[in-house]
Amino acid sequence: MNKLNFLQPDKNNFNTYLYTGVILVALSIFIVFLNSFFNKDIISFLPGSISFFLPLILGFIGLHLIRIDYSGLKFLDAINKNINTNNFNAFLSLLIVFVVIKSLPPLLSWFILDANIAGDSKDVCTGTGACWTYIKIWFNRFMYGMYPNAEQWRINLSFIALAFLGTIGFFATEKFKKYLTLYYVAVYPVIAFFFIFFFISGGPIFFDFSYGIIAAVISIIIGFFIPSKFKMYYFIIVPITLYILLKYVFFYEELIELGKLESLEWVETGAWGGLSLTFIVSFFCLIFCFPIGLFLSLGRRSDFPIIKYFSIGMIEFWRGVPLITVLFMSSVMFPMFLPEDMFIDKLVRVIIAISLFEAAYVAEVIRGGLQALPRGQYDAAKSLGMGYWKMHILVILPQALKLVIPGIANTFLALVKDTPLIFVVGLLEIVGMLNLAKTNPEWLGFAMEGYVFASVLFFIICYAMSKYSYNLEQKYKTER
Amino acid sequence: MNIKKILPQLLTLLVVILVFGFFSYNAQINMENRGITFGYGFLSQESSFDVQFSLIEYDGSHSYFRAYLVGLLNTILVSVIGIIFATIIGVVVGIARLSNNYLINRTAAVYVEFFRNIPLLLQIFFWYFAALRALPLPQDTEPMFGVFFLTIKGFFVPAFVWNNLDIFIYSIIAAIISIIFIKIYAKRKQENKGIQTPVFSISIGILIILPLLSFLFGGVDASVEVPVIKQLSQSGFTYEGGIKLPPELISLALALSLYTATFIAECVRAGVQGVSKGQKEAAASIGLTPNQVLKLVVMPQALRIIIPPTTNQYLNLTKNSSLAAAIAYPDLVLVFAGTALMQTGRAIEIVSITMLTYLSLSISISVFMNWYNKKIAIKEK
Repeated sequence: MNKLNFLQPDKNNFNTYLYTGVILVALSIFIVFLNSFFNKDIISFLPGSISFFLPLILGFIGLHLIRIDYSGLKFLDAINKNINTNNFNAFLSLLIVFVVIKSLPPLLSWFILDANIAGDSKDVCTGTGACWTYIKIWFNRFMYGMYPNAEQWRINLSFIALAFLGTIGFFATEKFKKYLTLYYVAVYPVIAFFFIFFFISGGPIFFDFSYGIIAAVISIIIGFFIPSKFKMYYFIIVPITLYILLKYVFFYEELIELGKLESLEWVETGAWGGLSLTFIVSFFCLIFCFPIGLFLSLGRRSDFPIIKYFSIGMIEFWRGVPLITVLFMSSVMFPMFLPEDMFIDKLVRVIIAISLFEAAYVAEVIRGGLQALPRGQYDAAKSLGMGYWKMHILVILPQALKLVIPGIANTFLALVKDTPLIFVVGLLEIVGMLNLAKTNPEWLGFAMEGYVFASVLFFIICYAMSKYSYNLEQKYKTER
Repeated sequence: MNIKKILPQLLTLLVVILVFGFFSYNAQINMENRGITFGYGFLSQESSFDVQFSLIEYDGSHSYFRAYLVGLLNTILVSVIGIIFATIIGVVVGIARLSNNYLINRTAAVYVEFFRNIPLLLQIFFWYFAALRALPLPQDTEPMFGVFFLTIKGFFVPAFVWNNLDIFIYSIIAAIISIIFIKIYAKRKQENKGIQTPVFSISIGILIILPLLSFLFGGVDASVEVPVIKQLSQSGFTYEGGIKLPPELISLALALSLYTATFIAECVRAGVQGVSKGQKEAAASIGLTPNQVLKLVVMPQALRIIIPPTTNQYLNLTKNSSLAAAIAYPDLVLVFAGTALMQTGRAIEIVSITMLTYLSLSISISVFMNWYNKKIAIKEK
């Protein structure tokens, strides 16, 4: 039998140390557990401060005793290596475990146990927990803003259609894969634009949209019989021609007639709101800010002094001011710069303002990628006889953009998180709707539930985006 | 010069001039119609509106320019508070993120992922409208340590009442100047003779002794003024004396520092991880102690990576403090671009001044950063 040295546990008295240590740790956790879940204080006979610190002291001694290197037990070794490397670490680990155990019951009871979700009025919320009924009743408003209830299927339909069209890339066969970039860069944004500005907005302008669809369908059907050599030109020219013909030649009289008939109800942009508006604004700003930022970053590295200093000025100006002042400018200062009879919709102004603002950040990110490329890439491209645009499109940008995927993803995340600021011009997306609902006299006092709900939504959206960008980064990583 | 080089530039110039011309022409006509003349003369006019919270003396009889100053000072106040706390939290979390303790590492990661994926505006609203509203009324508040009162109307802290405050400040300035001189002297001594001076303990000593002397001989005197509860009406109570931090300031500073701290934490982590392992091993192999390795080898290199993005975050924090307008904290945007603009209707002048203020702030910081980056960049031969 070896001597027991409690200050330095070793393998000689392995079992003694292990059992004493495990019992002490278990006891300490058990005490805290009982205290927090069942509100029973089994050590209350001790004086105040000792009973407060006793679990910590017991656990600390226990963890010290089981800190035995190369014990041979895999589980014990894993614990020692990960949370129990020295006294300080052991102390912090215990503290974290206790805080988690202590804070679980109140959180659980607020979120689930004492919360109410049944019923459809404020009266059911009598418990001390959250009142999810409030979210349930206001759910439509939080999602669609002031958009009329009967018309909300239009938003749903558009979003589902756009989501479906957006995932086409995953189903495309090898034959169509080479068109995907063209599709996502040129075709998809146009379709999205048509959907949102004609279908969700509605009104007589909706007929424009239907002409567009008719033109597209007709041209696609004819397109199957066109030799592939001319297909590209065909799909650029024919739909537009057909659309113009349909609108101004064939159906012009009918359009005036139809305008008096019942059509999709026109919903002004002021009534749009909720999470759908968050999506709409972020989607369009995302589409617009990328090309603008790309051109600004190329301009900043250009050899032409005027273009160079113009780009620098644009980038530094937008990066230097807070977004809220930009929105202020778009709402109070910008109308002063337009002729009196010219009116630009609030939503459009906001989208332009945010796009220009974020474009400056995108430009700086892309510039980082351009600068990171070795000079040899430029020289090699030039020595093959490529011009400026050919060099950039075929050689430089594919490599540079690959490098800056994380940076661009961060900018897009910032964009999504910045959309709530549009409350400045009076557009109420989800955070704005929360603030409106909070002041409703029938539903006072449920601010917490609303903010928690929105936080969870935003967290899911942004976290998913950041994980997706990480996957993208891994996918396009190439050995250099 | 060939035409291919000049043409795109001329086109850009033409478009820019056209757009600006169009805008200014319309602005002129619009202002004529509304009977406003462009000019900054209104800044000296009487403002006739009140501001809830200001660092300098201000009421309605002061000028618009003073209102601008009030807003600017409030912006600077909340930014400084936010920067201090964001740095502390960020550095702690960043180091925790590097810990080999699984629980600490995970906790820090959860904190970072959670707080940076939620819009800042939502966080500000959460603290202001939900969390701080759950605080007790002034009359029900339990004091913390007997002198701090955290109530729904704000945080009341004791204030120092000074006699001869200027002498005290001079003593601190003198202490700092002498520390700088001692540092220069110590460096020269080490370069010439190789003898190290215990600069740190000497500095601490000077920093304590000089202000202490000012208390003993300079006639400096400080007493603490504790907030006392006072009844305003039947059910209305407040605290008098001490310093009142309004709930707007608290929630804004809280949200700003918690949000920015996540980004600073990532900067710190990237910086420390950016120092290659070979550096530490090389330092250890020439016989430096672990503390010396950290102080002389790891930190100088890590700081070179950490400081530029962190400054950027400070700048972001300052710009984000303009979200104060959403909860009516009287910062530059709310006081000047909000109230003053409503009263005068001078959209162009006021928005341009506000933007120029932020712009000059960020440009001066970025010029400084460029200088700093050049200074600390590794000089390769």
